[in-house]
Amino acid sequence: MSEAPVTEAEFTQFTQFTRDELMEVNAARALAGAKTCFVGIGLPSTAANLARATVNPDLVLIYESGTIGSKPTALPLSIGDGELAETADAVVPVPEMFNYWLQGGRIDVGFLGAAQVDRYANINTTVVNRGPDKPEGRLPGAGGAPEIASNCGKVLMVLRHSTRNFVRALDFVTTLGHGSGPKDRAALGMPGAGPTAVITDLGVLRPDPETAELVLTELHPGVTVEQVREATGWELRVADEVGTTAPPTTEELAALRALKAAGKR
Amino acid sequence: MAEIRSLHDAVADLIHDGDTVAMEGFTHLIPFAAAHEIIRQGITDLTLARMTPDVIYDQLIGAGLVKKLVFSWGGNPGVGSLHRFRDAVENGWPRPLELDEHSHAGMANRYVAGASKLPFAVLRGYRGSDIPSRTDTVSTVTCPFTGEKLAAVAALNPDVTVIHAQQADRAGNVQMWGLTGVQKEAALAASRVLVTVEEVVDTLEPRPGGVVLPTWVLDAVVPVPGGAHPSYATGYTVRDNAFYQAWDPIARDRDAFTQWIETHVRGAQAPVADAEGANA
Repeated sequence: MSEAPVTEAEFTQFTQFTRDELMEVNAARALAGAKTCFVGIGLPSTAANLARATVNPDLVLIYESGTIGSKPTALPLSIGDGELAETADAVVPVPEMFNYWLQGGRIDVGFLGAAQVDRYANINTTVVNRGPDKPEGRLPGAGGAPEIASNCGKVLMVLRHSTRNFVRALDFVTTLGHGSGPKDRAALGMPGAGPTAVITDLGVLRPDPETAELVLTELHPGVTVEQVREATGWELRVADEVGTTAPPTTEELAALRALKAAGKR
Repeated sequence: MAEIRSLHDAVADLIHDGDTVAMEGFTHLIPFAAAHEIIRQGITDLTLARMTPDVIYDQLIGAGLVKKLVFSWGGNPGVGSLHRFRDAVENGWPRPLELDEHSHAGMANRYVAGASKLPFAVLRGYRGSDIPSRTDTVSTVTCPFTGEKLAAVAALNPDVTVIHAQQADRAGNVQMWGLTGVQKEAALAASRVLVTVEEVVDTLEPRPGGVVLPTWVLDAVVPVPGGAHPSYATGYTVRDNAFYQAWDPIARDRDAFTQWIETHVRGAQAPVADAEGANA
């Protein structure tokens, strides 16, 4: 691994925000215009709650624990924190959530994290191969992801960018993104469009409409194409014209930090 | 009809070595006190089913009582890994752990089929996933009306389902509210049902979104105030997020875990409450 041109500390001192904050703010922006979002815990939950506080105050947050229209004032630790249910428009049983609301096609956007992603935005959260003499490394497993990725109108993904996470070949396909090309989802009868953006702490990748392979389309301020290539486990394709994401605004950063501070209380 | 009983007696009578046990509660209303009583009584060779094994099954697995786990997401929510679960799967400590692994939608529908007394349930699921290659309880079925190929998941019918609820009345009818998860399906799928409750009341007042399980589908009701801790019971307690975070370093280390179980579970008495649920 070669060193990044700028250390995280130098970057933060210079910019007044961290790379994680860049990722979280851009993930929230990706929810502008969405009506309903099925929210995974962790980074997706941070992004979805920040979207409600900034670009999309009317966004309906749906958590797999059964809450529809949650309006938490603090970032929840789990998908079942009490405030998610107390502030919801409706609380439904778990089988109903997956059958009527998710499978029923009621949800615009599924927002997922991942342990491993490949070039077609397929996801592994089940097991990792740690070498011939070692037992398989165990990850948490599927949770709601396979059916979220299948049934939501589209899928957004957010995760930190490293060769550990962005791998040449998945050790296990937990959740299908685009399979091995643009026709796989339709062939499998998957209703939704699948992953449309992968937002990381370095930039944004989007599937090429012709091949469904992820292409680097935007860099965060201060990040180079070379840095993203080094953090990707395959030969990353780069768009002809790579954009730069707008730096976080004062309002976005204030809202993000307030949500996090409230979550720690 | 459910009898109102002590935790010790209800667990001893209803849960046996080798049983398939579902202790449900989706983040909320997780029946920890009943799990601790299973550990104290050393009931073993269990097949445990739960959508989210959570810290409750991390404890039972680390205590060496579990031979097989049926589940769909095995992490410590918002914190990280379940280290006892990982150690059992990766290293066979303290014993090997067989897995039957699903997605949430698949697990929820397995309970739906179980409660409906159907052999399987149908969903549009597992498409493009490797999960079916590792389990014999997912297959496919062709819709007789449209020809669509759909996922079929085998019914899950536990020998015993254990849940925690807010209230029971003196006849043993139970009501829970807030996030009610998959508990109704898990209870109606099971041969025997044990419910721990925060409180026994004269009359169950209807609650918005409340789920009532009548006494005649239950076997035992046990007043255990705080019996969901570190999970919670809406209206009574809040989720102890600090405990879930503190669990990480305890569970990471075999000795620290074993000492914690010895001190806080095996070395503790079964909670004894009077008939109203007040701790004696």
